[in-house]
Amino acid sequence: MSAFDLALANLLSPMVLFFALGLSAALARSDLTIPESIAKFLALYLMMAIGFKGGAAVAKSGVDLRLVGVLLAGMAISALIPLIGFALLRLTTRLSVVDAAAVAAHYGSISIVTFVAATQALTSLGITYEGYLIAVAAVMETPAILTALLLVRRARPDSGHHEGREGLGALLREIGLNGSVVMLTGSFLIGMITGERGLKAVSPFVNDLFFGMICLFLLDMGLVAGRGMREGLKSLSWSAIAFGLYMPLISALIAFMLCFALGLSLGGTALMITLAASASYIAVPAAMRLALPEAKPSIYLTLSLGVTFPFNLTLGIPLYVWLAGRVV
Amino acid sequence: MQTYLKKRIAIVIEQPALNRVLDALDRLAVTGYTVYPVIAGRGREGSWRADAMVSDAGRMVSVVCVCDPAKVDSVVEPIYKIVARQVGIITISDCEVIRPDHF
Repeated sequence: MSAFDLALANLLSPMVLFFALGLSAALARSDLTIPESIAKFLALYLMMAIGFKGGAAVAKSGVDLRLVGVLLAGMAISALIPLIGFALLRLTTRLSVVDAAAVAAHYGSISIVTFVAATQALTSLGITYEGYLIAVAAVMETPAILTALLLVRRARPDSGHHEGREGLGALLREIGLNGSVVMLTGSFLIGMITGERGLKAVSPFVNDLFFGMICLFLLDMGLVAGRGMREGLKSLSWSAIAFGLYMPLISALIAFMLCFALGLSLGGTALMITLAASASYIAVPAAMRLALPEAKPSIYLTLSLGVTFPFNLTLGIPLYVWLAGRVV
Repeated sequence: MQTYLKKRIAIVIEQPALNRVLDALDRLAVTGYTVYPVIAGRGREGSWRADAMVSDAGRMVSVVCVCDPAKVDSVVEPIYKIVARQVGIITISDCEVIRPDHF
């Protein structure tokens, strides 16, 4: 399939169309909203379903050295991307050190919804992937946050952000115990322990309902992204908006080069590239509010949710699947 | 009815910092507190709505505690150290209670 065919199939999928519906409704100032508690439920459901299925897949395939190698590669990508992102932001925009580091952290970390959307795109194309990539997604959440903190400390040694070792320890504990990380990792472990038997028991919930739930979640994401665009884009410079579009491509190229050595399947390579190219908007913003509260959420959330997420969902994912085909 | 003068400390704080504030209050000389959800607002950093957020990062919560006027400084100072760099508001006002030994 050509890159154009992949893009067209993706753009006309129910997921992307529901996202577009939410986005248009928010931009047109419709009163359509998903209640906060339902949105939270959808996010938890998504983490549980994807984590459980990933764990069950690992139980079936077994743990091998490649899994360890891919986990380490994922952590390295997450730690490295903020360095490049930070340098580019400082060169091309007028963002302060703290804002640039906070934005860079978002691009080193991952978006689980983009990952899920990519798995659905692969499933619709009949492409399989390694179940353990969900574990890779989980370990890629946090290294970027630490890189961003180091960047700020290096640029501003007097910033004293954590009041010593105890403060940093407390921060790491809070990041590690973030609800989304706990749900994803916990469901993965439960899936791994219970395996095929467990998956069969919860299959109607985590499989049959999955696609409809994602569509509803993406409707909400569209609403949130649309509101963010309406209110946040005004505060962003063109160079910052451009960063939200070219940074995923740079990250994708880094993962693309690394994937030559990892020996992943076509689907696995596409997901690894997608993970690298995605930007966080759940775990990292919460961590940034604690670690770098001076950084402006209107910049990092608008960029990751209002610029990069729509780009990845519509054009990025088909591009990454096409790119994966050049490796495998 | 006989009432007694106390101080009401209201802290509007970002959701991610809530546990830090509650942990501090647990250690301090307050006998209790109440956490309220808040729906929407506007401040120096712009406007926000709880249902327009995809994570807890932009959400706010309100924590209210009542204490003896003599204890106000010993409560507010450590709390302010925690929230000084965050988005939020701390207000202190007079209030009256019926059971003074509870605060």
